[in-house]
Amino acid sequence: MINISRSSVRQHWRAISLGLALALGAAAGTPALAQGKVLKFVPEADLRSLDPIWTTAYITRNHGYMVYDVLFATDANFHLQPQMVDKWEISKDNLSYTFTLRDGLKFHDGAPVRSADCIASVERWAKRDVFGQRLGELTESWTVVNDKTFRLKLKKPFPYVLEALAKPSSNVPFIMPERVAKTDAFTAITDATGSGPFKFVKEQWVPGNKVVYVKNTDYVPRKEAPSWGAGGKVVKVDRVEWIYIPDSATAAAALNTGEVDWWQQLPVDLVPVVAKNKDIKVESVDPLGSIGMLRFNHLQAPFNNVKMRQAVLAVLDQNDYAMAIASDSKNGKACASFFTCGTPMASSAGSAALTGKRDFEHAKALVKEAGYKGEKIVLMSATDQPIVNSQALVTQELLRKIGLNVELAASDWGTMITRRSSKEPVEKGGWSIFHTWFVGPDITTPALNSALRGAGEKSWFGWPTDARLEELRDAWFNAPTVADQKKIAEEMQKRAFETVPYIPTAQFIIPTAYRSNLSGVINSPVTFLWNVEKK
Amino acid sequence: MLRYLLKRLLASIPVMAVVALFVFSLLYLSPGDPAAVIAGDIATEADIARIRAQLGLDQSFMVRFGGWTWGLLHGDLGTSIFTGLPVATLIGQRIEPTLALTVCTLIIAVGLAVPLGVLAAARAGGWIDRSVMALSVLGFSVPVFVIAYGLILLFAVELEWLPVQGYRSLKEGLLPFLRHMVLPSVALGIVYMALIARITRATMLDVLAQDYVRTATAKGLAHNTVLTRHALKNAAVPIITIIGIGVAALIGGVVVTETVFAIPGLGRLTVDAILRRDYPIIQGVTLLFSAVYVLVNLVVDLSYSLFDPRIRY
Repeated sequence: MINISRSSVRQHWRAISLGLALALGAAAGTPALAQGKVLKFVPEADLRSLDPIWTTAYITRNHGYMVYDVLFATDANFHLQPQMVDKWEISKDNLSYTFTLRDGLKFHDGAPVRSADCIASVERWAKRDVFGQRLGELTESWTVVNDKTFRLKLKKPFPYVLEALAKPSSNVPFIMPERVAKTDAFTAITDATGSGPFKFVKEQWVPGNKVVYVKNTDYVPRKEAPSWGAGGKVVKVDRVEWIYIPDSATAAAALNTGEVDWWQQLPVDLVPVVAKNKDIKVESVDPLGSIGMLRFNHLQAPFNNVKMRQAVLAVLDQNDYAMAIASDSKNGKACASFFTCGTPMASSAGSAALTGKRDFEHAKALVKEAGYKGEKIVLMSATDQPIVNSQALVTQELLRKIGLNVELAASDWGTMITRRSSKEPVEKGGWSIFHTWFVGPDITTPALNSALRGAGEKSWFGWPTDARLEELRDAWFNAPTVADQKKIAEEMQKRAFETVPYIPTAQFIIPTAYRSNLSGVINSPVTFLWNVEKK
Repeated sequence: MLRYLLKRLLASIPVMAVVALFVFSLLYLSPGDPAAVIAGDIATEADIARIRAQLGLDQSFMVRFGGWTWGLLHGDLGTSIFTGLPVATLIGQRIEPTLALTVCTLIIAVGLAVPLGVLAAARAGGWIDRSVMALSVLGFSVPVFVIAYGLILLFAVELEWLPVQGYRSLKEGLLPFLRHMVLPSVALGIVYMALIARITRATMLDVLAQDYVRTATAKGLAHNTVLTRHALKNAAVPIITIIGIGVAALIGGVVVTETVFAIPGLGRLTVDAILRRDYPIIQGVTLLFSAVYVLVNLVVDLSYSLFDPRIRY
């Protein structure tokens, strides 16, 4: 018989408990390597491409802002501010611009940022971007003066050189290493080496799930306070993880439990659910929002007839669209301008056509005058894009009310944007109307608003022909002062309300939601992750 | 047995070839243009045409199919149009979560459904039987995403016992792995459990009515021994068949489960690729799923001989 004392039993249990604790510890996994402060961010979409010049996708633009820097940036007052540039000089004849880079600029691989990198990057951008192409047409040469100084020579004065270089939204002229920027502009780059405030961790990138960035400790921020994309880009976390959660209910639950810190775009129907949590702030940090759009096919009947387009304009009520997209007047409102409301070129010129009494009898009379005989109208919609689909449903009802034979062609976004390139009649796979939306910064000026063109088949989808509109656009590019620019923009808008290349449907903001332990979120039309602190 | 195995493996080659041709043709004919998706909403037609040409999407069916097949024969599944990453790399990143989810679901479903089915058959007509059948009808009727949301609400949001979403690899530890697997596996497993429980019950009822079962009982064998050693073993073949079919059904189920729980698996990869028309990924994943399906069928066929000595290959 073995005699065991009480103390030895206790010791035995202690040993077993310790063993169990160690085993559980091992099962729980080794603690993650010290990663410092990690910001877990749910982005608006999945990052699919790393090349912000190859694609205009906003998510890739946002990735660009993480890893790249820019020569100039636009601030909250629409002023142009130097970012990588320290100083610049414009010759008296306005044909020569000399830029000098500030000290301390380095790429993530340790190489210094040189003039040759900037020139190659801007040249690649100018092959793809609509504003850049205009600059490219007027460029005589880009030359390296020395490693930190480079010069642009123009064929004729172009007052928008700095505006183009400070373009805040797609495509943004990000600065890449020359070896990367030499890639053909129609071939995607896969090397995300930049000189921006964050470094991309490619080996941890799982497309469709996670993108990882770490703080670029070599980055030298400017001293000024951050303002939109301008000012000091001071990073206050060690690591940022973009966690793509495709299901909005799951994202809401993850934010509620604190598994993620910030959900970039909160669907409006979930605002009340999320806002109930005292640890979460629901805010509208985008001062410009986005603008919905109803686009006609100008090549095919019946909307190749201006009276038909005017008939729709006569009855379209922006408030209906604002409610359909944003659910409340806080996040959606009317904006009867072809330039983003709240920006310098926006005005009310000619807008009575959209803000006056909605006149169904007048619309029906216009339809009759147009000789419409019940031809089928194909209204395209993308059911996987709520903003597109909600607009399409309102339009369907509207067209029916004025006696049009409308058919809703619902598909996914991928199918819709393929079909919209068809110039055929509806019987042969064409279309009559589609909806989309642009973020505010994309349509602030005639230079940027690609839907406000009249170049026929060279125009953006819908292909309106309007020589007068093109003349005014050219005149805008040559306007020497802001006052002249505004005057021409007003003329363009009046013209657009007459010929109706498209109809702006509403201005709306998609709210953002973040845990209350975050601070320093920048109010801006683009979501920037510098300056954000996590306590 | 080895000869049969080789024969079956060789027979799978033409099956895979037909699948490859079918998938490629279907994608070629389906509407949608990845170049348009890549270029973005603001891009012009000319930009889209240039991207299409750069990606080789303007080439004829035969040229594209030939190039893809040539790559396949050299072990190259192609490159994602969007990310520029090899399809094999993307599948490699995603295979572990899907495999983990499938295995955990199978363990939970089979581990609970077979005993419940046996119990229901043994107590046929009683309250246990009725309860199991009622639960299985419920399991069939409620969609996976509803169960998933319910589980998230209760166990993640209200009780805060388990995480809402995401995946942790086994390399990060057993506990984090299990914590992230419990809710998705249960959500996905309930339908599967209902299916297996019903089949087990029905098959067991059939076997329990056989003469040899009556003989075994008459010999004085314990009820549990009769159930497990005599009846269940003879009922195994249809149960295994339904488990095999269920594995294929699981592939469909993981798409929804992976989306709701934000698990970076093959289901999500496929759906994302379809939505943006990333053809090489769709082709690669479909081929993989077909191969898995062929393999599962083979394993099921081979396993019959383990339970039924009359079956020999």
